[in-house]
Amino acid sequence: MDIHALQQIVHRTRDARRKQTLPKFSPADCDQLLHKYHPDFRERAYRPLRFGPNDGDKTVVELATLLEGDSPIADEFDLTADYTTDVLVVGGGGAGCAAALHAHGAGAKVILATKLRLGDSNSVMAQGGMQISVAPEDSPVTHFVDTLKGGHMQNDHQLLKVMVEEGPSIAKWLLSLGVLFDRDGDGNLHVKKGGGSSKPRLLTCSDYTGLEIMRVLKDEVLNQNIQLLEFCAAVELTSDEKGSCTGAILKDLDNHRHIVVAAKSVILATGGIGRLHIQGFPTSNHYGATGDGLCLAYRLGAKLMHIDTFQYHPSGAVYPEQLIGALVTEGIRSEGGHLVNAKGERFVNELDTRDVVSSSIIRECEEGRGIRTMSGRIGVWLDTPLIDAEHGPGTLEKHFPAMMLQFERFGIDISKDPVLIYPTLHYQNGGVKIDTNSETNVRNLFVAGEASGGLHGRNRLMGNSLLDLMVFGKRSGLTAAARAAAMPQGKLTVGHLKGFRAEAKKHGSASGVVSPMILPAYTRKE
Amino acid sequence: MAQEDKENIIDQPEVLRHKMITIEIAGKKYEVPEGITIIKALWYSGQEVVRGAGCLGGFCGACAAYYRTKDDPKVRTCLACQMAVQDGMSITMMPPFPARKATYDIQTLKDPKQDLFNLYPEAPLCRNCNACTEACPQQIDVREGVWKAVFGDFKSVSEMFMDCVMCGMCTPVCIADIAPNLVALYVSRAQGAHFTEKPLGLDTRIKEIQDGRFNDEWAEILKMTEKELADHCATVK
Repeated sequence: MDIHALQQIVHRTRDARRKQTLPKFSPADCDQLLHKYHPDFRERAYRPLRFGPNDGDKTVVELATLLEGDSPIADEFDLTADYTTDVLVVGGGGAGCAAALHAHGAGAKVILATKLRLGDSNSVMAQGGMQISVAPEDSPVTHFVDTLKGGHMQNDHQLLKVMVEEGPSIAKWLLSLGVLFDRDGDGNLHVKKGGGSSKPRLLTCSDYTGLEIMRVLKDEVLNQNIQLLEFCAAVELTSDEKGSCTGAILKDLDNHRHIVVAAKSVILATGGIGRLHIQGFPTSNHYGATGDGLCLAYRLGAKLMHIDTFQYHPSGAVYPEQLIGALVTEGIRSEGGHLVNAKGERFVNELDTRDVVSSSIIRECEEGRGIRTMSGRIGVWLDTPLIDAEHGPGTLEKHFPAMMLQFERFGIDISKDPVLIYPTLHYQNGGVKIDTNSETNVRNLFVAGEASGGLHGRNRLMGNSLLDLMVFGKRSGLTAAARAAAMPQGKLTVGHLKGFRAEAKKHGSASGVVSPMILPAYTRKE
Repeated sequence: MAQEDKENIIDQPEVLRHKMITIEIAGKKYEVPEGITIIKALWYSGQEVVRGAGCLGGFCGACAAYYRTKDDPKVRTCLACQMAVQDGMSITMMPPFPARKATYDIQTLKDPKQDLFNLYPEAPLCRNCNACTEACPQQIDVREGVWKAVFGDFKSVSEMFMDCVMCGMCTPVCIADIAPNLVALYVSRAQGAHFTEKPLGLDTRIKEIQDGRFNDEWAEILKMTEKELADHCATVK
């Protein structure tokens, strides 16, 4: 049927739905829903790791294959350093920029290496906002509690306390750099309510929060003259005789040469894994989200945690084809947008946590109440015209210009027509285990941002990612910089590979692939 | 598995047809499926894409591209991850352009509106040709923005350029060698750092945290057993 004909039910049922209030599911119902429909509970998608720091722990097959993968670096590789620095930051997204700026600000010599350009990241796409408890009726403690609930009580308390308490000073730092957060009439920071949060706490820059923060941070990295190595992917770390991290080997993607960087500390800010398309899901992630940092850290002996849990953002576009996997911001639901099945019914409280909302969408679709596209996709409606109906014409245009433009390019006016959505692979909840200084169990190896694990428990609360990047980027940068002065540069070896390769051999040379992946293989070969 | 439901199926002509079309990528012809994005067409045609792809969501500006549709003399701009290919389209990716970025310490600027002319002395030389506005894939009125910057209306510039993805397509077309996106970035940052009210509530909250106003609450929460904490969390709605 014509898409417009199918959309009629959304228009017809709008007024009736507006009078409805849907309660949130009880904890028991949530639990049942998640176990039955959330992709994290699909047993056959998982397998245990066979060796390494997380021997026996389960993760998705796609990630397990890479973690057990072989290094592209041979044992006898020439490790003469091309660059020497105090701090090497790997990754040019939010966490990488924050780490580099703080380490540089503290007087350390910093090199920032990134496999694409500075700023090409997921951070730049963050639309929903940044959770910081600035409102008088809110508090860091409430932020802590909300996050803990969202993470199914599995969050690392120490990491979480640090994040919520440092939030307000991060906001101040960003403001001082010129970030234009939305304001109330009295000049105070405007806060919006996000899914899974008990208080309005989202700081926003319309629906360009990540873009605005990244424009400013990138500009600041350039203004501070921090040395950049763009289009240089980290492919291995180096270690000294004690197993501490001493640098990294990069691959220049333009000329395919290797570059050895001797560094007193390395900060991995390499982001997530969306481009592994685990369980066949489309993804909202950027081109380079291939989990490189996890592979590097794992080979050097860093322990990972919560690597069996991923976030599927409830609203990934399903139609048109060109936008598949792209995000329709949560902000639409925050402002009252309904999720509607093929029968014109709501089926979940739209402001429940992401995992619950996603699971309920999957339930609707699997039970035959979804809408199918000819390309074999399935989804439910997100009633975007409701926003204008509720808050007055022009509201969508004013509050969601990015969203409007994205669909407009394909001839869809989301203020008139609802959009079809289905969960999209969005975030890696876990990652490399870190302490409150963002350091791993490997000395002088730091991990910040999405590549780290523990902070978000088993489900990240919306708006907590941008704050995570800033807080732990800062802490890793400051700790690494403080340590540099009194510390000699350690020896550069790849001694750790010997043990790793021996283990792999015992298990039949493990996966047979070489990791990290660097970029997904989308290029058609024949 | 999903049940068959013939009623709720969108018939997408573009998918049904599976039509192959001919496009030109950097002057060479390729057959690709109609309707895929330019980036996907690059992959489909066998190109290894390293430069020219970033967030793939229309936000990072890495995939700035020029295109021309069949028989139309007008060369247009787009973000390659956001543009569908059509038959007869000619495409080329924009190479990195060596625009000059001024460096500055945003926090210690004394007179940001005057400093604009020291940092970007070319900014007032705009000759009003409007090419920048026409080149903007984000539909920003770039030319107007440059003039507003020069006249000191930093607030309007910061609002107009909130959509700017820094693709830089406004720069190569400028006959006065202005990099409008960089000018606007400076202006927006100056607006934020120097001409925007300080949020008093934020300072209050920072001070509360420093003064330990939440210490008792923290102590209580952190000494709870897992069960107590779960029960406590359940009471917060």
